[in-house]
Amino acid sequence: MAILARRGRPENKHAAAGYMFVAPFMIVFAAMFIAPLAYAAYLSLYSSRLVGGTVFVGLQNYTQALQDRQFLSGLERIALFFLIQVPIMIVLATFFALVLDSGRLRAPRVFRIAFFVPYAVPAVVAALMWGYLYGAKFGPFVQIAHDLGTAPPQFLTSGHLLPSVANIVTWEFAGYNMIILYAALLTIPPDLYEAASIDGAGPIKTALRIKLPLLRPALGVILLFSVIGAFQLFNEPQVLQPAAGSVITPAWTPNLYAYNLAFTDQRLNYAAAVSFLLGFIILIATYLVLILGRLRRRST
Amino acid sequence: MTITTPRRTKEREDLAGRVPPSSIRGRGWLPTIIMIAFFVYFMIPLAWLVIASTKNNADLFSTFGFWFSHHFNLFTNIHAVFAYSNGVFLRWMLNSLIYALVSAAGASFLATAAGYGFAKYQFPAKGLLLGVVLGAIAVPTTALAIPTYLLFSKIGIVNTPWAIILPSLINPIGVFLMSVYARDAIPDSLIESGRLDGASDIGIFLRIGLRMLVPGLITVFLFSLVSTWNNYFLPLVMLNNPKLYPITVGLAQLNATANNGGGSQALFSVVVTGSLLSIIPLIAAFLLLQRFWQSGLSAGAVK
Repeated sequence: MAILARRGRPENKHAAAGYMFVAPFMIVFAAMFIAPLAYAAYLSLYSSRLVGGTVFVGLQNYTQALQDRQFLSGLERIALFFLIQVPIMIVLATFFALVLDSGRLRAPRVFRIAFFVPYAVPAVVAALMWGYLYGAKFGPFVQIAHDLGTAPPQFLTSGHLLPSVANIVTWEFAGYNMIILYAALLTIPPDLYEAASIDGAGPIKTALRIKLPLLRPALGVILLFSVIGAFQLFNEPQVLQPAAGSVITPAWTPNLYAYNLAFTDQRLNYAAAVSFLLGFIILIATYLVLILGRLRRRST
Repeated sequence: MTITTPRRTKEREDLAGRVPPSSIRGRGWLPTIIMIAFFVYFMIPLAWLVIASTKNNADLFSTFGFWFSHHFNLFTNIHAVFAYSNGVFLRWMLNSLIYALVSAAGASFLATAAGYGFAKYQFPAKGLLLGVVLGAIAVPTTALAIPTYLLFSKIGIVNTPWAIILPSLINPIGVFLMSVYARDAIPDSLIESGRLDGASDIGIFLRIGLRMLVPGLITVFLFSLVSTWNNYFLPLVMLNNPKLYPITVGLAQLNATANNGGGSQALFSVVVTGSLLSIIPLIAAFLLLQRFWQSGLSAGAVK
């Protein structure tokens, strides 16, 4: 705005109006996004000690976090979660979208809506439902195993918890991603298909050779949001905790760890550093995905 | 970078009906069977929830989960849900509704004005501002929640509705969607002719721009509504007064209480039925507003 006032030329009248339209958002953005981050960055440079109160420690909280076994094992778990859950979900969503778009499915509307409905269910309720389904209390799968006389499935033990959580997240978001991909498929010009069918390509060949490559930008968007989603995993393990008990440790995911640091241990400065570091790691992961995508596009 | 609505939907579905039966029988059955299997997968938890809501607490434990018991207890359960702890469930639902409506209205207004400004005006530092907003999409909201909590507790607004509503007002994806939408939907010539008629910039926005942006605005509104309604981490961090809880935090706490047992076993049927009641409004909204969210998502997909 200062620049405008200084110049004050007539064509900048429109520039002033431009600022006027973006200003309300930018002000709230500065207050609700920039300010908390700046404040947390500031806090993360301090440490409160039993003796001597709050003291400036520089980057010590960060070096501590980078050597913190609990934080690192949480990160590792999340990385593994990402490697298992995201490919499965994206393959499923792509398959669903291609089948919906193939025109060979009866009642496609019913499938489209039914697969999308879990997105409208809050993560808390999704985790509650699956928690009961998994559970030993009155979970139907345990009941079935009991009736068959086989060993009951152990969904919520330490070895199986990660896939169990991955299943909940897949259930929630596969249909949502399917809709994004399906919408992208609908924008492909029909004459591409005509050319393919003249060349004798069947529906499977059309799907793999024509549709899949054209889905790449939309797949990139999905992958990006999946990175962000996976690395901030919190709701599902937190809600499952009462049912799963000690298997879900306070540092099971980095976000859970930051939460417990802040609210159970009252170590606010360290929690700020961990949150900040996590956000930074997600940012790096996101840009890695973007860069990899761009490199691959260039190489092909 | 154009907004496209799924214009081929109709053709495709008609086409599906017109495909000769032989070709469906030929190769089409395998995908259909797989899709039916996944239909069952996506519906199982919801079917279980509906069935479990009709059982009393004893039957929940003693009868098979995927089938009804002899007692039909749905209405008793619903009554128990609303009676629980002096009707706190209804309070949670209303809280969720208020937080979600106010946040979504504010977020979609801010995103629409900003998107319009970014799309239709040139001004210094525009690229920088837009870049910062787009960069914010990659910063996860939960990584932001604890910093926001720390700031809010400093200025003393934790444990108030504002602690939920204010952070929910910024929707960077919404700004991006609206700027793409405004660029394609509003011709520059319309703005120019408005200026020639002597209308002010705000007047042009309110009288010409806003009307053309309505479909995009509804999409942003709907998705802001869902993200606030479904939000768990932020209210969990910000609130410790049960009367201010939204439904997500309320149900999770109720579930924790039920699991901790100690004579409160009768709570399970309240948790289950409450969960069912809590998901009905959003599912209904999505079914009614299909046209909008589907075209909105396609806008995001082709960027």
